[in-house]
Order: sequence, then C-alpha cells, then structure tokens
Amino acid sequence: MLTVGAIAEKLGLNIVVKGDISQIVSGCYISDLLSDVMAHSNEHNLWITLQTHPNTVAVAVVKGISALLLTNGRNPEPGTIRKAEAEKVTIMVSPEPTFELAGRLYQIMKSEE
Amino acid sequence: MPGTDSHEGNFYLMGGDFSNAGSVSSELKSTLIKFGIEQSIVRRAAIAAFEAEMNIIIHAVAGTLHYQITDESVMITVTDMGPGIANIPLAMQAGYSTAPDWVREMGWGAGMGLPNISKQSDIFNIDSVVGEGTTLEIIFDLKKKEM
Repeated sequence: MLTVGAIAEKLGLNIVVKGDISQIVSGCYISDLLSDVMAHSNEHNLWITLQTHPNTVAVAVVKGISALLLTNGRNPEPGTIRKAEAEKVTIMVSPEPTFELAGRLYQIMKSEE
Repeated sequence: MPGTDSHEGNFYLMGGDFSNAGSVSSELKSTLIKFGIEQSIVRRAAIAAFEAEMNIIIHAVAGTLHYQITDESVMITVTDMGPGIANIPLAMQAGYSTAPDWVREMGWGAGMGLPNISKQSDIFNIDSVVGEGTTLEIIFDLKKKEM
C-alpha cells in the first residue's frame, strides 16, 4: 500500500507540515465541507480540500486522516500550521487543480493494486 | 482496566470557540483509550463527541460534555445553553441546518452533525427546549457484538 511520502514524491507535492509520512493511504476523500468529511471519509484517507483553516486539522485527527492536500496553490493559515505541527498531521500543497491531482492519484493507486 | 465499576467526568465548552474545536473530543478519546475501551468504539465516540462539540461552538453560548464509563456502556451526555431546537425531526434530517453563512463558508453547518451522531451511536436521545437549550444522550453499548 502507498504511503503519504510515496504519494508526495510521485505527485510532486510540497510538504508544508511533515507528520508521519510513513502512514499508509487507503483511499482519498475530496470535499470542502468539513461536515461531509466527518460523515463520510475513512481512516487513512488522503483528504484533498481547498479549506485552509485550523478546524481541518481537528477533523483529520478525529477521523484518522493520513494527510491533507491543499490544491490550486492554497496554503494553510498560520494557525493551521501550528495545530498540525502539534498534532503531527501532514499537510501538503500543490499549485495544480484538484481534478488533475485526483486523476493522477487515482492512476497511481490503481496501478498499485 | 482500572478497577472501578464506573468512571465519570465533565468537559466544558464555550460557544464560538472555533480555535479549540476538537479538543474536548480529543481528551475524551484519550480517556476512553486509558480505560481500555475497544478501538472501534473509541473512534465512533470521538466522532460523535466532535459533532456535538461543533454544535455547541456553532449554536450555543456554552455547554458541558459529561461522560460515564461502566462495564456495560459509555454514555456521553451533552447539555448546552443554546437556542434550543423547535422541530427535532426536521433538525435530524440530513441537510437541514440553521448555521449562519460564515460558518458554512468554513465547511460546517451542512446539516450532517446530528444524523452523524445518531449513525455513530448505539442509542441516541435528543431533548430540547426552545430558549433554554438542548440535551443529547449518546450511548455506546460495550456488550454488543460488532457486526
């Protein structure tokens, strides 16, 4: 199974906060609705979002999300970075749009199966 | 497991305190782990507690989360000083929310909180008085066999 670190390398992601990047990624959930992520994401998912505020880290912790990926050139707020460092949650960023990243991630994950 | 039949405690929550969102459910999670509660129940309880925590932060002035751990169950009682809910069946409907726009922009207030609490728990009771507040009773059965 792919790790956060392997996905960061294959997709050329910039790691802003480095938590445990040896964590496995079992799948991916894409949503900007935190309520939706709370209800439907699974443990060890990679979470792709445009949300940059600190509550994303709290959601990631309670849901056991392996890493956050902010797309379209978005960067986490300073408070988000502090919280992620404290909770050891990995946050990655990319200038690419969600669709392109998700498409490439899908191919990578399918080829690993 | 520590040798007592029952353990209980309280956490306090402030309305509007978005920067500490998740801290109470996180502490509850640590407590449940310390008492040897099974991992899948810990996860469900933490998710339910987080949703209840968010509801207080979004809607209420303040509230408390009380937990009681026995051999039989984990019972979480969340009581708030909030606006109360006039129509509980409507509030339980997925997608119904009274959250303000700025809260929705953060990705909250999608009307999924109460249904998610209900989904995660084994027993869920809700009681509310308009103008006074809302009480949630969220119970996890420790004797039930996992499906």
